[in-house]
Amino acid sequence: MRSGVIVARHVLQESVRRRVFLVVLVLSLLFVGLFTFATIAVFHDLSSFQTGTTGTLDARGVVSSTLLGLGMFATLFLGAVLAVFLTLGAVRGDAERGLLQPLVVRPVGRGALLGARFAAASLVCALYVLLLYAVVVVVVRVAGHRWPDRLVGPGLALAAAVVVIVAISLLGSVFLSSTANGIAVFMVFGAGLTAGLITTIGVALDNHTLKTISHWMTRALPFEALYQAGLHALTADQTGFTGALVQLGPFGSSRAGGVGLDLWTLGYVVVVGAVALWGFSRRDL
Amino acid sequence: MPPALAARDVSKRYGSVVALQGVDLEVAEGELVGLLGPNGAGKSTLTKIACGLVRPSAGSIEVCGHPARSAAARTRLGYLAELFRFPGWCRADEVLELHQRLAGSSGGAAERAELLELVALSDAAGRRVEEMSKGMQQRLGIAQALVGAPRLLLLDEPTSALDPVGRRTVRELLEELRRRGVAVLLNSHLLSEVELVCDRVAIVRRGELVAVGTPEGLGHAGGVEVDTGDGLRRFDGARDDVPRIVAELVAAGERIYGVRVVRSTLEDVYLEAVEGDTR
Repeated sequence: MRSGVIVARHVLQESVRRRVFLVVLVLSLLFVGLFTFATIAVFHDLSSFQTGTTGTLDARGVVSSTLLGLGMFATLFLGAVLAVFLTLGAVRGDAERGLLQPLVVRPVGRGALLGARFAAASLVCALYVLLLYAVVVVVVRVAGHRWPDRLVGPGLALAAAVVVIVAISLLGSVFLSSTANGIAVFMVFGAGLTAGLITTIGVALDNHTLKTISHWMTRALPFEALYQAGLHALTADQTGFTGALVQLGPFGSSRAGGVGLDLWTLGYVVVVGAVALWGFSRRDL
Repeated sequence: MPPALAARDVSKRYGSVVALQGVDLEVAEGELVGLLGPNGAGKSTLTKIACGLVRPSAGSIEVCGHPARSAAARTRLGYLAELFRFPGWCRADEVLELHQRLAGSSGGAAERAELLELVALSDAAGRRVEEMSKGMQQRLGIAQALVGAPRLLLLDEPTSALDPVGRRTVRELLEELRRRGVAVLLNSHLLSEVELVCDRVAIVRRGELVAVGTPEGLGHAGGVEVDTGDGLRRFDGARDDVPRIVAELVAAGERIYGVRVVRSTLEDVYLEAVEGDTR
């Protein structure tokens, strides 16, 4: 446990002092700047030709939901980038570069080493997406005077989603070289986005087969299910035509989460971690 | 007291490739053993099994009486890999501090300062690893291996990136370690270095130990050189043959100015042991 804390602290230091953190910071500031500019412009245009609701369509609700959805999508993407870069070479990559061996020969234990990397990367990524999500919410609130229907739930869903991506990336790092793992994790992330699009199409066409496929895909890739749950919570109180429109949303369809999804995600991370640990314990370095 | 390192019938296969086969080797407390062999002979594999980085296919290794890979064994050893790297953003002092924490060393700043001085890096304590030369990084690696006062030190090519001054520093360091009673298993291609500092030498060829002994013991008679009036002449034979050779030459009217028994060098022994193996 003590060794795990030491390694986790080392990883946190690395996260802050490596150049990749600076790159993520610059990208984040760029995104926040563009998002703020776009949000102000959209709400300004909206107020210039109409306000409030028109018939059953709440235009301001649709716009704020869409912007929040965009913010969540970008936050998840940037969080995934950070998660991948912090972990893609954690085992095989670091072993090939000779960074891992001096640590492994210490009386640390491979389980503690892997667990510490998971904990530290998860902490950094979760804090990052929570911060970015908070900025997105505040920008929409200030520019559009709208809060999301659920404030905390979507942020926690995003945080859990990046933790899942950290776990997948760490598992990949046990078996794949850094480059191969980076490509593989982004392809997995892309598969999650595809599952979201299939959900959208399935809901729009009310096609049972597509909805079933998307359901199992999002269970296999729970970061997507968590993202969909977060999107759903953003607009949970929207009803009527407005509700139908925002539930289909341009950034993937939404679907309510719940305790079942939370437990599934927890079990998923535990199993992925166990497989990673089994692979790491048997790997010759 | 158990030996610092005891390898018993250790074998390692990578698929169809046999890296080690039935290796038995002991390193006593405070003993300095050189491990020699051509590239791919299995020297690094043996070292890695000893420090728990690689699992043996058969056999076992104990470090100070504890199974390799166990926390107790790893507490007692220091290791410098042939190919290693420290995070570029870390300062030398931070690298040692991290390893002190991981090794459970209570040496603090005093231990770090002493180790940096031992490897002639006192002036570079605050320098980042990425700003260091390869030789400085290698010396920092040696200092890292010494954190926590290990009883067994496993050094895999510790002088490969060092200039002659750096090599001398390491040689003096090894002698200092011997004085402190630290056992060392030294992998090296530098025969002269091994011959100078090691108590015993083990030669590995294609995964098998083919020779073990003191550098002097491994050498054998290489003939008798006699400085005669006609110049330097060489005869087959050993020390016991000297009186006969001299008597025969004197009887033949030769004038003798000097006699020397020639022994094979470690290089001769090594080349003989690994003959035909140029992987």
